[in-house]
Amino acid sequence: MNAPAAPLSPYSSALGKANIEFHTLSVLVDNEPGVLARVVGLFSGRGYNIESLTVAEVAHAEHLSRITIVTSGPPEAIEQIGHQLERLVPVHKVTDLTLRGNAVERELAMIKVAGKGQDRDEALRLAEAFRARVIDAAIESFVFELTGAAGKIDQFVELMRPIGLVEVSRTGVAAMSRGPKPM
Amino acid sequence: MTNLMTGAEMVVRALRDQGVETIFGYPGGAVLPIYDALFHQDFIKHVLVRHEQGAAHAAEGFARSSGKAGVLLVTSGPGATNAVTGLTDALMDSIPLICITGQVPTHLIGSDAFQECDTVGITRHCTKHNYLVRQIEDLPRVLHEAFYVAQNGRPGPVVIDIPKDVQFAVGTYIGPRNIEHKTYRPKLDGDPGRIAQAVALMAAARRPVFYTGGGVVNSGPAASRLLRELVSLTGFPITSTLMGLGSYPASGKNWLGMLGMHGTYEANNAMHDCDLMIAIGARFDDRITGRLDAFSPGSKKVHIDIDPSSINKNVKVDLGIVGDCTHVLGQLIEVFRAKNASINADALTKWWAQIDKWRARKSLSFKNAKDVIKPQYAVQRLYELTKARDTYITTEVGQHQMWAAQHYHFEAPNRWLTSGGLGTMGYGLPAAIGAQMAHPGSLVVDIAGEASILMNMQELSTAAQYRLPVKIFILNNEYMGMVRQWQELLHEGRYSQSYTAALPDFVKLAGAFGAHGIRCSDPALLDDAILEMIETPETVIFDCVVDKTENCLPMIPSGKAHNEMLLPGEDAAIETAIDAAGKMLV
Repeated sequence: MNAPAAPLSPYSSALGKANIEFHTLSVLVDNEPGVLARVVGLFSGRGYNIESLTVAEVAHAEHLSRITIVTSGPPEAIEQIGHQLERLVPVHKVTDLTLRGNAVERELAMIKVAGKGQDRDEALRLAEAFRARVIDAAIESFVFELTGAAGKIDQFVELMRPIGLVEVSRTGVAAMSRGPKPM
Repeated sequence: MTNLMTGAEMVVRALRDQGVETIFGYPGGAVLPIYDALFHQDFIKHVLVRHEQGAAHAAEGFARSSGKAGVLLVTSGPGATNAVTGLTDALMDSIPLICITGQVPTHLIGSDAFQECDTVGITRHCTKHNYLVRQIEDLPRVLHEAFYVAQNGRPGPVVIDIPKDVQFAVGTYIGPRNIEHKTYRPKLDGDPGRIAQAVALMAAARRPVFYTGGGVVNSGPAASRLLRELVSLTGFPITSTLMGLGSYPASGKNWLGMLGMHGTYEANNAMHDCDLMIAIGARFDDRITGRLDAFSPGSKKVHIDIDPSSINKNVKVDLGIVGDCTHVLGQLIEVFRAKNASINADALTKWWAQIDKWRARKSLSFKNAKDVIKPQYAVQRLYELTKARDTYITTEVGQHQMWAAQHYHFEAPNRWLTSGGLGTMGYGLPAAIGAQMAHPGSLVVDIAGEASILMNMQELSTAAQYRLPVKIFILNNEYMGMVRQWQELLHEGRYSQSYTAALPDFVKLAGAFGAHGIRCSDPALLDDAILEMIETPETVIFDCVVDKTENCLPMIPSGKAHNEMLLPGEDAAIETAIDAAGKMLV
């Protein structure tokens, strides 16, 4: 296609062209039927990315759920995602934890590893180094539970792969800002 | 009156308590209890449409022309899916609608029951919000909350899906008082710091322009009054999107005409060359901006919108003000006056001199003919012969819609009903029915094309049943004119499937529906024929046979900037107007 000849206006939105960033959004929603479909549908309908998503009720009496979404895109798109989420009627609050900075992020994973002899020893040694707990042990397999930042889990999974990785189940990222204030 | 009643009775009672006097709908198995409740009362008038899409557009026409929420009532399954186009249309154009759909009984949901569909799933993406009411206890709250959500903030359609067993169930009704949404509270007032900044920018501007949209109309008549006040206070030029026509009068001296793809030369050039753009209730749609990376490169941009997600969505702005147009316009005027702000009069005079040069190009001109009716001429005559009356104009979608926007001039808001965002062919006739229901004594004209009108032709039967004297003014060129124009521009004149080879005889068709038919193909007889249409007290189909190959100009070819317009009299340029990149766009 022909490249535009005229100089770019500094005001044109550079969606899809700028640097891709990863942001973690906390979204507080009414825990009502369909609310997750609304949030997920917004991402698919507008072509946004979901890298990870976790959701659970956090205040039973108030029927509030907290959704944590890790998304990727240019900063303009991520700002737009925040506004689009706020537009949904059952959404109470959206906070971009990455933009706010200094948030803690954790993910829990279960990792099943099968093997015999030396492989079992190696798996246990690495698990200890990563502070993974053994939550199931059988003669030929372990299930490890590991909590940490997503990168740490990636790293552990890669180390288990040659030893006898069978399967992985991850919760996705849960996150919270540091300090006394809520989201 | 006791507050113990069935769900169906609650629906009717809630509509009444919300001040609804007219609803549009079509009965079916899953809404029979509500229809039975309607049978027992005569406060709410039900208009029986012939297709649920018609009900949705009629409700839109009612809402757009009256400023109230439009209400439709349809059955489950096909009733709901047929309404989807109208719901999407209302979402795109921010029209407040309440759509009540019947649903199969709760115990059958998910079993692929007869006329079951996942209505809330299907309409989740084409409504502002939707509800499936699974128990009678929730129904009164949901009914009133739906009205609140549809009408507050950026308006939009809300679906309430009610299973048949909930319609039969008995519960305690709660009135609309004390019911508002738990958390949904749109921000109405603009941030005072930002208002002050906007006024400072206005005072410093050398080449300012107001760019207004449908948000001004949606905000209510007060917004239009305040807009006019602000324009006269500043003396700035003003243009509007398709959706915003009428909020500033077309006869006003600061009016540049509509902007965008088929906007005027002066409006688009003013947008391109301005140094301050004040966008009010408009959303920088692609029909408006043209090529984004060349959009108004030298201007500071202020954007006033009730929807925070509209700001910086398509175009980055320097100053976003979240708030309702009425509130923010009032604040701007107040601060402008309080600060005794003055505008740069010398610069503004020069700017107007430049604008007058663009105006002199007369971009809406066309070569009239004696032997054939030019479509622009037909709209001009319609305007001249109806302007003194209390008139509402609806349109279908295509060339006729753009000619109507260009050549019919609006002095007040809510008088112009058109499908802007979604571009729904078939919108105009049902919308005219809705507008006529809201304004029984007014003249309602659907400026139509012969292709669009066939999309919801069945609603002529509705007009006949309720003796609605809507006038259907068809600019008949036998082509889907806008498709034909784009095929000329983009595909070397290969008119693939854009010619309708078997059109009905519209005059006879009118007769079949008990309406009056008029045909005119002679420019010399046009005025008399239009007068006959206006004076006929019943529904009229006017088959206005026009030039078959007229193109709608001026035009910003797709992929081009505001200052690269295709103007009338430049026919040679048409074939090369769109480059390969532009061809990819819509």
